[in-house]
Amino acid sequence: MSETTSTSTAPAPMADSTKPLASEPKGKTGAARILASRDAVTIYALIAFLLYAAIAIPRFASPVTTGFLLLDVIPVLLIAMPMTLIIVTGEIDLSVASTAGLTSALMGVLWAGGMDIWLVLAISLLAGVAAGMFNGFLIAVLGLPSLAVTIGTLALFRGLALVIIGDNAVANFPKPLTAFFTSKLGGTGIPTVMIGVVLVMIFFGVLLHFTPFGRGLFAMGYSKEAAGFVGINVARSKFWLYVGSGAVSALAGIYWTLRYTSARSDNASGLELAVIAAVLLGGVSIFGGKGSIPGVIAGVLLIGTLNYALRLARVSDVVLITVTGLLLIFSVVAPSVGAAVKDWRHTRRVRRSFSQKAA
Amino acid sequence: MSSALDHRNVTMPAPGARPRRGTLASVLRLRELPVLIALAVLVLVTYLINPLFLTPQGVKDLLLNATIIIILAAGQTLLIITRNIDLSVGSMLGLVAFATGSIFSAVPGIPIIAVFAIGMAFGAVLGAVNGILVTLAKVPALVITLGTLYVFRGLNNAWAGGKQFFAGDRPDAFGALSVDTVLGFPIITLLALVVVIGVAVYMSGTRPGRDLYAIGSDPDAATAFGIQVSKRVFLAFLANGALAGLAGVLYASRFNSVGATTGTGMELTVVAAAVVGGVAIFGGSGSVAGAALGALLLTTITSSLTALRVDKFWQQAIVGVLILAAIIIDRVASLRTAKKLRISEARNV
Repeated sequence: MSETTSTSTAPAPMADSTKPLASEPKGKTGAARILASRDAVTIYALIAFLLYAAIAIPRFASPVTTGFLLLDVIPVLLIAMPMTLIIVTGEIDLSVASTAGLTSALMGVLWAGGMDIWLVLAISLLAGVAAGMFNGFLIAVLGLPSLAVTIGTLALFRGLALVIIGDNAVANFPKPLTAFFTSKLGGTGIPTVMIGVVLVMIFFGVLLHFTPFGRGLFAMGYSKEAAGFVGINVARSKFWLYVGSGAVSALAGIYWTLRYTSARSDNASGLELAVIAAVLLGGVSIFGGKGSIPGVIAGVLLIGTLNYALRLARVSDVVLITVTGLLLIFSVVAPSVGAAVKDWRHTRRVRRSFSQKAA
Repeated sequence: MSSALDHRNVTMPAPGARPRRGTLASVLRLRELPVLIALAVLVLVTYLINPLFLTPQGVKDLLLNATIIIILAAGQTLLIITRNIDLSVGSMLGLVAFATGSIFSAVPGIPIIAVFAIGMAFGAVLGAVNGILVTLAKVPALVITLGTLYVFRGLNNAWAGGKQFFAGDRPDAFGALSVDTVLGFPIITLLALVVVIGVAVYMSGTRPGRDLYAIGSDPDAATAFGIQVSKRVFLAFLANGALAGLAGVLYASRFNSVGATTGTGMELTVVAAAVVGGVAIFGGSGSVAGAALGALLLTTITSSLTALRVDKFWQQAIVGVLILAAIIIDRVASLRTAKKLRISEARNV
């Protein structure tokens, strides 16, 4: 029926519903674009929540809080940096927590074997780099899918950690060193190691946002083929990203070991999912091509503060994990619902403008 | 009608039909073959070194260990074929397993079949949540199910707290499901076999099943072809949830205790089983039989290492190497196929 009515009416000019109307707001530019971007929203959410917590939760706004909070989020914060770059290129690395566990196990065995502590640290870091090179070789050189490869190396690296240290735990690390890893900067409550963490954040921030290499990563996230055509060495970029990821994961493993004064094979297990959740919450698109370091830092801190505040407010531990999950789902479903609403309003405007013209 | 048929017969064979070759050649082309060989070699070597490995009890243990992962891998295959993934299966299994314990303690005389129905329905509801979110959000299932992994686990924590249900809380007949055997096969393993055959027939023999491959190969083309992608993907999530529910009930039957952390970390084992079994992680190819073999291979390694008196710590490292070997073999095979296709196309020109 509807077919006959539409064909019988006069050849009315078809509405081009794809283009925006002249009366509609144009795409945002300049400062407005940055202030309304997806990562800015995460930063606002973080600031809003910090303000709320400082006012509403007793004892929240204190150096003690800052200290514990930062000590807790440092491993996630560290690994989230290279992970951001990797996800921006449309790849993923699930083996980060296993790499951290592997370095932890290595540290334990080498130190227990009587090696000099600085040599132990250097070798552990190199082991992380080697693990990253292995990932990079399989993904960038052989061209295998990163999701599958890093599921494999997740099991492999954790397995090697088990082979190295077994069920043992090594705890007698030098006192000054472990004390350093929990020490604070004067009365601020900020852990001393944050200086190093900030340096890592600056390094990856500058690398992603202010270098040709970083712009290449965004291009790869949109289209690997196109990026290759404009002269970006896709394979080499990917390789170095995984090396970076391995190195930073090793740093996280070293931090974990010395902070808790315990080298075990199961250190940091399950951390990979927490890192990815935080990165995605920070506005990085899992499709690649979108994301920023400030947004990710805000995402990591948002999850960390939320969990810490809930714990201070005597909300039981069991709810925390649900909050992380809901936050992640909401952060990816909301834009999609928003886009659907915008689309619907746009279509309605187009219809209206055509009925006005017809009248 | 007849003209259309004639046209097809004259010009070229139907798209699915390959030039006929010997049975041997077609067996050699099977994607599942490398996994099958690896499994056979593993079992044979272990048996030669330690004959106790293949006693009826040994075989029964092998099958029992694999059962739950096989069922989960069958569900996961449905999803991975369509380019989706479900990381929340471990959490779903945990929730259903705890629910099973709760049901038995609340209604002691409940028929076992009703428990299975409730467990699968519960799993299907959880799967439907995943399915709705994935089809609604237009973001990869990886992200959504990572979220529901946490949400379901949190719910399980909140519900169970420190509470656990032990084997003694359940009727003996329920526990017997994973002890009794029929022709040497444990009953729950036969259930898993039925699941695998059912899913395999659905995927290779029915139109909706073939649609799943089309969706995974190219979602846009599938949409253009008129396949209801969202509906199919939603149903796949639903089915995966129901299977995770079934696995949860069986877990409660097989293992001594269920609590807040039951099934933690299982998602990666399940995905690994599918990958080892030749299911391509980016969709479009693979089979549920392969995934089941992959699950069997991964779980058999543990028993073999024990039987060979290899340090148990090597187990996970070997699993990792196996996963890597599987994707490398898959890559080499697909490169060879692509090369052959290029050559034959060049000849046709």
